[in-house]
Amino acid sequence: MTEKPNNFLPLEWPTNRVTEIPFRVFTDEEQYALENERIYKGETWNYLCLEVEVPEPGDYVVSSIGETSIIVTRDHDGELHAMVNRCVHRGALLCLDRCGNADQITCVYHAWSFSLKGELTGVAFEKGVKRQGGMPPDFKKENHNLRTLRVAEFAGLIFGSFSDAAPEIEDYLGPEIASRIKRVLCKPLKVLGRNTQILHNNWKLYVENTKDSYHASLLHLFFTTFEINRINQSGGIIVDSSGGNHVSYSKIDEVTTNADYKSQSLRSSKENFNLEDPVLLDGVDEIGDGITLQILSVFPGFVLQQVRNSLAIRQILPRGTTKTELVWTYIGYADDDPEMTERRLIQANLVGPAGFISMEDGAVGAFVQRGIKGVEEDNGVVMMGGHTAESVPYRATETSVRGFWKKYRTLIEGQAPNA
Amino acid sequence: MNIEMRLAVEELFGRYVASIDDNHLEAWPDCFVEECRYVITNRENHAAGLPHGVIYATSKGMLKDRISSLREANIYEKHQYRHLGGSVRIVGTDNDLIDVRSSFLILRIMHDGETTIFATGEYLDKVVSTDKQYLFKERLVVTDSQKYDTLLALPL
Repeated sequence: MTEKPNNFLPLEWPTNRVTEIPFRVFTDEEQYALENERIYKGETWNYLCLEVEVPEPGDYVVSSIGETSIIVTRDHDGELHAMVNRCVHRGALLCLDRCGNADQITCVYHAWSFSLKGELTGVAFEKGVKRQGGMPPDFKKENHNLRTLRVAEFAGLIFGSFSDAAPEIEDYLGPEIASRIKRVLCKPLKVLGRNTQILHNNWKLYVENTKDSYHASLLHLFFTTFEINRINQSGGIIVDSSGGNHVSYSKIDEVTTNADYKSQSLRSSKENFNLEDPVLLDGVDEIGDGITLQILSVFPGFVLQQVRNSLAIRQILPRGTTKTELVWTYIGYADDDPEMTERRLIQANLVGPAGFISMEDGAVGAFVQRGIKGVEEDNGVVMMGGHTAESVPYRATETSVRGFWKKYRTLIEGQAPNA
Repeated sequence: MNIEMRLAVEELFGRYVASIDDNHLEAWPDCFVEECRYVITNRENHAAGLPHGVIYATSKGMLKDRISSLREANIYEKHQYRHLGGSVRIVGTDNDLIDVRSSFLILRIMHDGETTIFATGEYLDKVVSTDKQYLFKERLVVTDSQKYDTLLALPL
């Protein structure tokens, strides 16, 4: 008999704190299965889509919670519903298109049909054909409805939960996070476009990245290279009491107009760098509080970003232990004039898969995933700014990364760690 | 439509591809007039009339800024593209603007040799004839897929 190597033992954390993260948490298949049960199907709210994407009765959108396909519908009474996109009969996917409008949902396999609320309404050949076959008398349609989820709407965002025990959405978000969502999603929205970035890393590495304010000025060199945000940068981090939700914000007293930009002839120290066309920096303080950057996350996989006037939703979806889909939805307000829309589209060059200040995030998680391969028995360290996960008035900290692990361990282990 | 026009358009396409695939990125903006548009979108957004572009440039200056940023600021693993173009259709001429459509296949070759299909799609172009050569007034890159692998650094 030979001993099993360490990396086949159950995942164990080195301490009761969240400052050392076992690398196996990013590679382990059993851990991944546990996450599906205790996080995605556990006491969490998962972002599904925007209300503006299902405005009319009969509208539906197919989204995901974890790897599970979920249908969001608006029924003929205007009520929202969410249900597993799986036929109760043989388990086939029901909706194959990403979105659409329908009076009912019909499975292509055996034509079982369902209402927009998820009730089984029709079984093909239920009474048989020419009195032969058919379902037995003990088959009751009302016992075979689709598996429905709890649905919550908040500020135009639609969330779903498998769990009856998850707190109400406002309590789940916490007052500070809720108010910062409403700060940005303060009026009716319109969708400007969508795309999806494929990341070759575990989903948690991307979540950590969005919560990691420490890396921002170190990995993303666009602003410093073009010396754009050197003046009076202030900001901070808010972590909710559960740890799982956060806001990172900064105020940059920056040069915002072309004229100002040119008059100051901003240059970096080593080279004569300035933007040929500073229209990219032509922002307006539309919310009126001077905050030019707000990155907000809700556990497990929702991000709302305001980078100047570029607004977007990011949905982080696991696709196996080493693959993640990052679904971007770029938004504006329904009452934006063409000039404001153009401004948002131009500033969107900063973000997304080709974003001047975000493209690196598409690769850096995979650098970790490749770096830990074969040596998963070791631990990473998350100590910048201390051991706990609290709100702080500065950004050189990993406090919200620790917050993520606090919430994560609470759900996985059933008790909160020391954070 | 005449044969010289087609040859001049194809010459522009050749210069465009060479600037990217041969890593002469500084020559890439020179394929455009000063007041130009270069937008990368996907078929789903384009069909729905959604205006967002993964790259959305409204001047030659913005194209130069993108190259400066790639050279000096952005961090990504070394890679190159190989563009393969489908047949070029000149679908109309309106005053000085030539409407051109063509399909493309772009392979991405990472520094370690790993080669993947990075993007397929269609170029919807408005080409203008200047004194010396033909240039893009507008290039709308419509990728067939809305998915982009890892990141999109080099222009398509």
